Amino acid sequence: MKTYVIKRLLQMIPVLLLIAVIVFFLLRLIPGDPAAIYVGANAEPGVVESIRREMGLDQPIYIQFFIWLSRVMQGDFGTSIVYNTDVVSIILQRLPVTLILGFLSMMLALLLAVPAGILAAANQNSYKDYLFTLLAVLGISIPGFWLALMLVIFFSVKLGWFPATGFVSPFEDFLRGMQYLVLPCVSQALLACAIIARMTRSTMLEVLRQEFITTARGKGLPRIWVVGKHALKNAFAPTLTVIGFQLGNILGGAVITETIFSLPGIGQLIFNAIGQRDYPIIQGCILLVSFGFVLINLIVDLLYSYFDPRIVYEG
Amino acid sequence: MLFKRLIRNKLAVLGALLLLFLITVALLAPWVATHNPLKINIKERLQPPSQAHFFGTDGYGRDLFSRVVYGAAIALRVGFLSIVVAMSAGIILGLISGYYRGWIDAIIMRIMDAILSFPIILLAIGIMAVLGAGFANLMIALGLVYTPRFARLVRSSVLSIREKEYIEAARVTGCSDFTILFVHILPNCWAPVIIQATISFGYAILWEAALSFLGLGAPPPSPSWGSLLADGKEVLTRAPWMTYFPGLAIAMAVLALNLFGDGLRDVLDPRIKE
Repeated sequence: MKTYVIKRLLQMIPVLLLIAVIVFFLLRLIPGDPAAIYVGANAEPGVVESIRREMGLDQPIYIQFFIWLSRVMQGDFGTSIVYNTDVVSIILQRLPVTLILGFLSMMLALLLAVPAGILAAANQNSYKDYLFTLLAVLGISIPGFWLALMLVIFFSVKLGWFPATGFVSPFEDFLRGMQYLVLPCVSQALLACAIIARMTRSTMLEVLRQEFITTARGKGLPRIWVVGKHALKNAFAPTLTVIGFQLGNILGGAVITETIFSLPGIGQLIFNAIGQRDYPIIQGCILLVSFGFVLINLIVDLLYSYFDPRIVYEG
Repeated sequence: MLFKRLIRNKLAVLGALLLLFLITVALLAPWVATHNPLKINIKERLQPPSQAHFFGTDGYGRDLFSRVVYGAAIALRVGFLSIVVAMSAGIILGLISGYYRGWIDAIIMRIMDAILSFPIILLAIGIMAVLGAGFANLMIALGLVYTPRFARLVRSSVLSIREKEYIEAARVTGCSDFTILFVHILPNCWAPVIIQATISFGYAILWEAALSFLGLGAPPPSPSWGSLLADGKEVLTRAPWMTYFPGLAIAMAVLALNLFGDGLRDVLDPRIKE
């Protein structure tokens, strides 16, 4: 297992490096001189030239990449054009909001999706199963950002139950904080919930047909025990992969959710940075979220053996 | 035989019918629309749905029904072309990767892995932030985001097909690599590619709407469904109908392609799952 973990960590290096290459060159494709963008339209040519030198833009592109990469590896993501502060401190300030939103959305998705998937599989071809299929396909078809607007119209404007925009940290005032987070979490959890539920159902169906389940039933174990303990644990490994992917998509989808609900997280930061052409911020955020996504998938891979001990990791 | 099995799948038929309806509306948009979708009429701004304006009007007095109808053409065109871009690039990369293997396979697949390591919407946002709003850029961005999915799929098919005897026979008879790849291998990879294309088509429509909603997709004043939702968001409390209909249209298009894609998967290749 230890060898496998080291091997997986080493395998991450080229992927992370390629992500860095893509993000670096993506931002280099922007038409215009980054130094001119940095100093603004009215700056004198001499100032632009000195900023170009300071930013290393007078060097060949591959040297620029290595300078940038060595800075990133030291935790220096550059300076924001708009805020004139280092990118990392801005990101760290905003990160907790996105993490809270992502965590709660995933918890909500799991709480709904896993029991629904189990229920549908355990009652295959019944009305419960058909209802589940219908709801799941609707869940993957309804755009989360449209659902967000519908929730605001109904629960904020008409009923006045939840605030339409804004954020209060649940660590400062739990009840008020949660009030602000309910609608964003529901809209953000929708797609993940539908996809995880579909996956849980299909893997549960496969496991429920296997002989050890028939044996467990033959032994007279209660149905709830057979389904909830024996079947679920075996069915959960493939579902875990989907959960990993969905967690990444939730982090990416934060751009839309945080924009709609005015939540001061990474997503809103990216959205504003695009409008303000603050490229170091865009670069830093995309890099951070993508690194997070790779890390989540690694953790998912490592959790596999817990849920399915038949999986043996070889060095 | 396949067709018979497909029409026995009620949900797939429902998806196909919904898709056919959307394509018809998109193709006949000039005749289906009751007004010019771009014509501004300030006197009639923010009118609720009525007989004169089935879906009401927007902040510029433009007829929302006509804008949603024309939006169908945009959604289907952008979705379809971005999947054509992804499919073409993915097929070529997958064929090369799976057929030649070795270092070229390693390089292509690591790049594909790196692209897959970005959350879809975030990469699309990044690309659009660089390229700027516009239909061509939308197709490039979404095409690029979906390319690795096709490349991986084709590669895995090629890896098994290349070991078959008829490929060996083709090689012995002096067929060029080009002929082997495109005449003998590619036709046998179509089933999973078509399924992936159908399902990705739906998501491409969804992401196009999302990008346009953020102001990074279709340029104004084109009536993209996402842009219509963004307009509606600005007057959410005064004119909620402006958000009802474009959202329902997106959901209908994605639902149609999901149902049809699921049906195709069950018929063509039941092994492929999400």
